[in-house]
Amino acid sequence: MLPFDFDYYKPASLKEAIDLYQSKARNREKSMFISGGTELITLGRINLVHTEAVIDLKDIAECKVMQFEGDYLVFGSTLTLTKIEETNLFPLLTKTASEVADHTSRGKITLGGNICAQIFYRETVLPFLLADSQVMIVGPDGVKVAPINDIFKEQLQLKNGEFLVQLATDKRFIEAPYISIKRRQQWDTGYPLITVAALKMGEEVRVALSGLCPFPFRSKKVEDSLNNREWPINDRVDAALAELPRPILNDVEGSSDYRLFVLRNLLHDVLEGLGASF
Amino acid sequence: MDVIGKSIIRKEAQDKVTGRARYTHDHHSNTMLSGKVVISPYGHAKIVKIDTIEARKMPGVRAILAGEHFPLTGEDIRDRPPLAVDKVRYHGEAIALVIADTPGQAKKAADRIKIQYELLPVVHSPIQAFQKDAPLVHERLGEYIKEKHTSPVPGTNIATHIKIRKGNMEKGWTESVTTVEADFSFPPSDHVAMETRCSIAEILPDGTIKIMTSSQAPFMVKQLIEKYFNEDIGKIIVETPLVGGAFGGKASVQLEILAYLGSKAVGGLPVKILNTREEDILMSPCHIGLDAKIKFGADHLGIIKVAEIRYLWDGGAYSDKAIDLTRAGAVDCTGPYNIENLWCDSYCMYTNHPYASPFRGFSHSELSFAIERTMDLLAQKLQIDPLELRYRNAIKQGHTTPTRVLLNQSNVGNLQKCIVRLKELIRWDEGQIKEINNRLVRVKGISCSWKTSTIDPNAPSGVILTFNRDGSINIMSGVVEIGTGTKTVLAQILAERLKMNVDNIHVRMEVDTQTTPEHWKTVASRGIYMAGRALLEAAEDVINQLREIASIVLRAPKEDLELADSRVFLRDNPLMGLHYKDICYGYQYPNGNSIGGQIIGKGNFIMRHLTHLDPETGAGKPGPEWTVAAYGVEVEFDRRDYTYRLVKAATVVDIGNVLNKKAALGQVMGAMSMGLAFAGRETFYFDEYGRVLNPQLRTYRPLHYGENPEYLVDFVHTPDLEAPYGARGVGEHGLLGMPGALGNALSVAAGVSLHHLPLIPELIWKTKEAKS
Amino acid sequence: MKTQIIDLHVNGNLRTVTVRSADTLLYAIRGKLGLTGAKPGCLNGDCGACTVNVDGWPMKSCLMLAIEAVGKNVTTIEGLKNTPIQQAFIENFAFQCGYCTPGFIMNCHSLILKHPDADDATIKEWLESNICRCTGYTEIEKAVKSVLEKN
Repeated sequence: MLPFDFDYYKPASLKEAIDLYQSKARNREKSMFISGGTELITLGRINLVHTEAVIDLKDIAECKVMQFEGDYLVFGSTLTLTKIEETNLFPLLTKTASEVADHTSRGKITLGGNICAQIFYRETVLPFLLADSQVMIVGPDGVKVAPINDIFKEQLQLKNGEFLVQLATDKRFIEAPYISIKRRQQWDTGYPLITVAALKMGEEVRVALSGLCPFPFRSKKVEDSLNNREWPINDRVDAALAELPRPILNDVEGSSDYRLFVLRNLLHDVLEGLGASF
Repeated sequence: MDVIGKSIIRKEAQDKVTGRARYTHDHHSNTMLSGKVVISPYGHAKIVKIDTIEARKMPGVRAILAGEHFPLTGEDIRDRPPLAVDKVRYHGEAIALVIADTPGQAKKAADRIKIQYELLPVVHSPIQAFQKDAPLVHERLGEYIKEKHTSPVPGTNIATHIKIRKGNMEKGWTESVTTVEADFSFPPSDHVAMETRCSIAEILPDGTIKIMTSSQAPFMVKQLIEKYFNEDIGKIIVETPLVGGAFGGKASVQLEILAYLGSKAVGGLPVKILNTREEDILMSPCHIGLDAKIKFGADHLGIIKVAEIRYLWDGGAYSDKAIDLTRAGAVDCTGPYNIENLWCDSYCMYTNHPYASPFRGFSHSELSFAIERTMDLLAQKLQIDPLELRYRNAIKQGHTTPTRVLLNQSNVGNLQKCIVRLKELIRWDEGQIKEINNRLVRVKGISCSWKTSTIDPNAPSGVILTFNRDGSINIMSGVVEIGTGTKTVLAQILAERLKMNVDNIHVRMEVDTQTTPEHWKTVASRGIYMAGRALLEAAEDVINQLREIASIVLRAPKEDLELADSRVFLRDNPLMGLHYKDICYGYQYPNGNSIGGQIIGKGNFIMRHLTHLDPETGAGKPGPEWTVAAYGVEVEFDRRDYTYRLVKAATVVDIGNVLNKKAALGQVMGAMSMGLAFAGRETFYFDEYGRVLNPQLRTYRPLHYGENPEYLVDFVHTPDLEAPYGARGVGEHGLLGMPGALGNALSVAAGVSLHHLPLIPELIWKTKEAKS
Repeated sequence: MKTQIIDLHVNGNLRTVTVRSADTLLYAIRGKLGLTGAKPGCLNGDCGACTVNVDGWPMKSCLMLAIEAVGKNVTTIEGLKNTPIQQAFIENFAFQCGYCTPGFIMNCHSLILKHPDADDATIKEWLESNICRCTGYTEIEKAVKSVLEKN
């Protein structure tokens, strides 16, 4: 039961969506873009989200694409995770997405919604961070395209009135060897204790993490340590652990010390799994 | 036997697969108002001020209750205000109740009630509560009204203290060559019935109080509303439709009281209160926690000579049913082992945790974890096979229980037989440990349990049978259909006794305390035992009436008449007889003359020879019989990561007799699943303010599909001579041994003794780290 | 626009209802249409008791606004008539209290339609979306597999 009322709009074009947002802003009304809208409901019902207007992006054509354009695979932000999994164009994304929430919920949760979520795991961003994808954002200043690694700092840096439209990923990354492991507090249900996604480009291993810190990240320093072939594998992992961003989460899913213990083993598994452990 | 033992499909099956089955919340009318409860955000705090001014101005608001001194409630000690006044004692405690036209309006108004708190020191555990200088949860414990057999200690956090004193402790220690001593603990957790609790109350102009509620104890609701609020018991009508899972959590009376007070505040209009999941977890009573200390002494053969046990139960902020739980934990405190010299103190402790209600197994899965882990420690110390150790100490006829009940061929099952069968089932002889590779290992753990049902000595059950004109029969019993299929089994029992087709027996699923004969509470795996006995008496009544009228019509003595296939007939000439349909509404002679009338059968039952416990020694008869069981759990454990997978879980229970095969298997497997979830994942996580940090199903996680093991279930048959067709209660027993067996398997697998629940990989890692 | 009159296609019927924009589909089908088969269990997308079928896919109706369902085909448990999965649930004792059953059946039903040849991994992936607190899940597994095997 959402304890507030809002106006609901379902614009058919990018421009209409942006104009709506701006006209609401001019009236000092707070509005929110949604696509799956699961956080509007689950956080709204416990008073962690409030809005006076909801702008539903689901009908906008640009947000629904899923296709190759030249060497790039383009995903629209309002695609549901289930749809992405069933189509399976980007196996690493399929694997990482398939561990989010549960299957039925993923029929509602969208790619853009997950990447821009308030709940800080945002696991589906990991493959895009690894693949140096490009993001297309639209806002009052028009469309802009930027490398995700420039614009995703803990979360996608969106200005008021902007939203994510598409992500484009170079084919080379889609075909690269990968690993994605989600470790939970216990068994197969629940938020991540740690989710690790990794790609191997040539001899280089790329690693991105969720659930370790209160934000997902990919760290150049961590990767450099892991890829330092002059060191034995244990030292590489130790060095990587020393380069982690802070804070390390310490919550009901697990203590920070335990998370580091789990991460150490996961990094070994990643290097071994990608044949980079020698 | 034609019907007993068969997997008869439950009577409400079609309704349940078509969405037509109705639960409390599915009953709705346009006139119904909605109640919304404001709950405490802290574990222990003084209420400085409650400001409802803004909330009262909100649209649709009819009434707001807050800050009023209503009569105190609580089953053994009346220590609980329906709405907190002066201070809150747990996170989730109800403080205010808003009644509004719609759920949305009620929620909006509730969000605008401003409450100022002043934090008080929090009592975080029973052990802490037990310390002399602990903050007091109830400063005025000595002033509360209480039941005679309850012994709160004013000036402390002790709500009651049950003592078991048996044999000669000194002698026991002298005879022992080995001792083991260990502490165990786990925090409270939750039942997570899929249907959150819901109550609707309405007060008619003539003063009739109508309550519909998702409860295991509609008759207790009636009694308690009378007792707490001095209402006329004849004017209280409680209805319970189907209940969406209960597991003990719906045996406590709480939401009904709020709905009643809410309706009263709006001139008797119907008021519905439906718990959100968060409220159901936080506000409504939970699954009890425990701090246990166990000490066993044994001779060189492993025969346990003496036990000293201390249970500190985490009753939470209010004692309610925790007093009974504390007693139940005491009467079976040793687990299913014969220990002649025994000293047990079982304390119900107040803490600043959500308060406890019964949980499937009623203290037994909890104490079993402590006892069964200790048994394995003893086996390890003596280098005896843990299964063999249990076999040697197994309780059996001729022994006495902790409260000195002499066990006989009927009032206890055969534990040794269960152990022998378990041994085959889990292939114990193939070894406890099997290496898979350098990381993975498969390990088995075992445990045993027993349980009697500590119910009120005067707990009643009644059954009425009425005939339809076609000769079919309706069963009316106060047992609530909470999912156990009890009412279908009652139909089977009647079909068996009357040699009728079970399809011709109808059961009334809903309970209505005005027209349904009372069944005390649908708890303690006692539905079949009590209602079944009442039903058999009612069946005798019906048989007698059928024979009586048939003997007149057939001009034959009653003694010469037999019943089968819905007919009464002459024993030596079955062709000469009458179909039930021709006599169940009286018999009409060809000329129109009629005799008899609708046949209505009645039966009732009350437990025989139960007693209160002696306050100094605990001696007394707490329950009718002891069901026993043996368990095994096999895990695949990763020695690097400390993670594991549940591979197999086994239960062998002495069920006496199987009444409905698939239903019984379903009860046992379902209970095992719940026990494994409790043992392996479910718990409340608290912060320094006593707040529960995981009150949602995405953070409080029951077992999901595919996380379950393969279940192996088998039965031993030692009939209970007093029970219908010899059947023993089986609804809880699959659960009882799971925490112990899982704890034992993982302790062996990880090579470290585990003493806490839940058994998550981090706990194993932490224990291992602490050791090295 | 905070309250709207919308048309919902539910179980093959066109139903006009007045809803708040903030009302969930679950609230609308239960409260406005009287279809109480879908159950509230968490209102948070965690338990699956409110699962219905939207355009062929399982959907937690507590995670969807009623207005989002405009133009879509919604099937609730009341819309299933004598399907093999309902019968299989009965025969396999795949429920006890019955509260999670409509949601479980709707999810199974969708699975059978979308993946008539589902393997164990797919079955697990789909069915872990629902919580059953009474059974140990093996009865549900048997029920769904008995229908899949017939395909």
